[in-house]
Amino acid sequence: MSLFSKENGEVFMGPLNLNNPVTVQVLGICSALAVTSQLKPAIVMGLSVTAITAFSNVIISLIRKTIPNRIRIIVQLVVVAALVTIVSNILKAYVYDVSVQLSVYVGLIITNCILMGRLEAFAMQNGPWESFLDGIGNGLGYAAILVIVGFVRELLGFGTILGFQVIPECAYVENGGLYINNGMMTMPAMALIIVACVIWVHRAYNKNIE
Amino acid sequence: MGLKKILDNLKPTFSEGGKLSAFGSLYDAMETFFYVPNETAKVRGAHIHDAIDSKRTIFFVVIALIPSILFGMYNIGLQHYDKIGEESTLLCCFLYGLAVILPKIVVSYAVGLGIEVAIAQWKKEEVHEGFFVTGILIPLIVPVNCPLWIIALATAFAVVFAKEVFGGTGMNVFNPALVTRAFLFFAYPTMMSGDKVWVNGNYMDCINGAPVDGVSAATPLGQLAAGEPVTASPMETIIGTIPGSIGETSVIAILIGAFILIWANIASWKIILSTFAGGALMAYLLPYEGAQNFEWWEQLTVGGFCFGAVFMATDPVTSPRTEGGKWIFGFLIGAMAIIIRVLNPGYPEGMMLAILLMNIFAPLFDYCFVQSNINKRAKRAAK
Repeated sequence: MSLFSKENGEVFMGPLNLNNPVTVQVLGICSALAVTSQLKPAIVMGLSVTAITAFSNVIISLIRKTIPNRIRIIVQLVVVAALVTIVSNILKAYVYDVSVQLSVYVGLIITNCILMGRLEAFAMQNGPWESFLDGIGNGLGYAAILVIVGFVRELLGFGTILGFQVIPECAYVENGGLYINNGMMTMPAMALIIVACVIWVHRAYNKNIE
Repeated sequence: MGLKKILDNLKPTFSEGGKLSAFGSLYDAMETFFYVPNETAKVRGAHIHDAIDSKRTIFFVVIALIPSILFGMYNIGLQHYDKIGEESTLLCCFLYGLAVILPKIVVSYAVGLGIEVAIAQWKKEEVHEGFFVTGILIPLIVPVNCPLWIIALATAFAVVFAKEVFGGTGMNVFNPALVTRAFLFFAYPTMMSGDKVWVNGNYMDCINGAPVDGVSAATPLGQLAAGEPVTASPMETIIGTIPGSIGETSVIAILIGAFILIWANIASWKIILSTFAGGALMAYLLPYEGAQNFEWWEQLTVGGFCFGAVFMATDPVTSPRTEGGKWIFGFLIGAMAIIIRVLNPGYPEGMMLAILLMNIFAPLFDYCFVQSNINKRAKRAAK
């Protein structure tokens, strides 16, 4: 089977759209609420999860035949925990401020349902290359939703995007304008409603999703 | 019968295939608003026939709100002229208040009904009348200085996310007017609380009102939360000449509304009574620490307690159906409202949150009472 066959393309593209882990399988919602109040942590979180999903998928796929069935969850956890520790330390080294903002949620990637789901459902049955594509696809599908939610929340909640002021200063009430930032957007409850809206739009376009 | 004729003549234009069929649901709403609809429930089955339908029910609620609206208008003017230190007549206060409140009512109705009509047309259903009450409640539970675009945004949010996603009128879990207020409260806290929002300072050429900027006036609850002595006397809080959300200041006006609602058999007196009982008990047990010249029972007269108890908690859609459930529902609303007020310094007013919280539990109360009834009867039948 060639590296970029049609099946492999589907493995990669499925999670981005019709089998999206957040909007269709409704997994990983917890971190989608917690880290998306601004765009930058949302992007970093999305990329971290993508990297960890991809590499843990590859590692588990490589050793899948040697893992005894009864202790497979523990083996998977050890692999994921090792990768999370590496990512966490890289974040601390290069983007310390974001790492502080993400706080415990980087560590909590270990418990992300998307990760364990992919390991159990895909990597345990498939080869390393397919597993890698599957991990990248699922991670990016997750990251895409995080970016959408983070974009909306940062724009409406703080008036900024990636820290740059987008809504002109003169529009604010303090400077004689009319506009006020929406404080509800900075609360996790609003992330849930935005995710719901994304799901709504997604299903309106794809009527065949159950 | 001129109006009836006009409506009948217009009917073909708006029905399926007509020129304006896109606005069919709007036509339908207007027709049944002015005249009793021709359709009645089918005779088979166990339907209970009653002369009153939900349109008339809702009209009674609007009538019951009129005293609060009128007093709210008067009070807006009174607070304004009082703060700028000018004498004014009763009429002048009214006119000033009317000019302030009218745009809010128009905005809330236009946005809410606009969305309802659009969704009804999209889903090919008829427009429900539930929003007539919500639309008039929203302007009454916001501070005078709340900007119109914020009211429009919050109304749209509440209609879509608290009502239409659940299936429209009669299906909502939360009271849409309270969701509007909750959205405003959490999204724009500076516009909903503090001491700058309760008096309108805009220029109004009624007699010769002068413009004033950023008039500060604290509500009794604001003063209590800040640990300051309350300036309003009990008499003032009962009559309602204090700063506060537009419709909620006057206990007397609200009680007139309560009597209309109870007389017309629309609101449950059990919920109103038990809300006051719960509030009174909790206020007695849990006084404000170090509050000066503030008796425990005054808690029930300030803030949105009365308004919430009479017009919000009794919403037939979001309150329990079972009679026992109503008692518990009301009692817990009253008690929770006082607990939030006294114990949480971040929320000077707890009525909104208490009612929303209990709205979630209403189906549970119903379930428990229905189940216990079933069990009781099953035991009796087994004997």
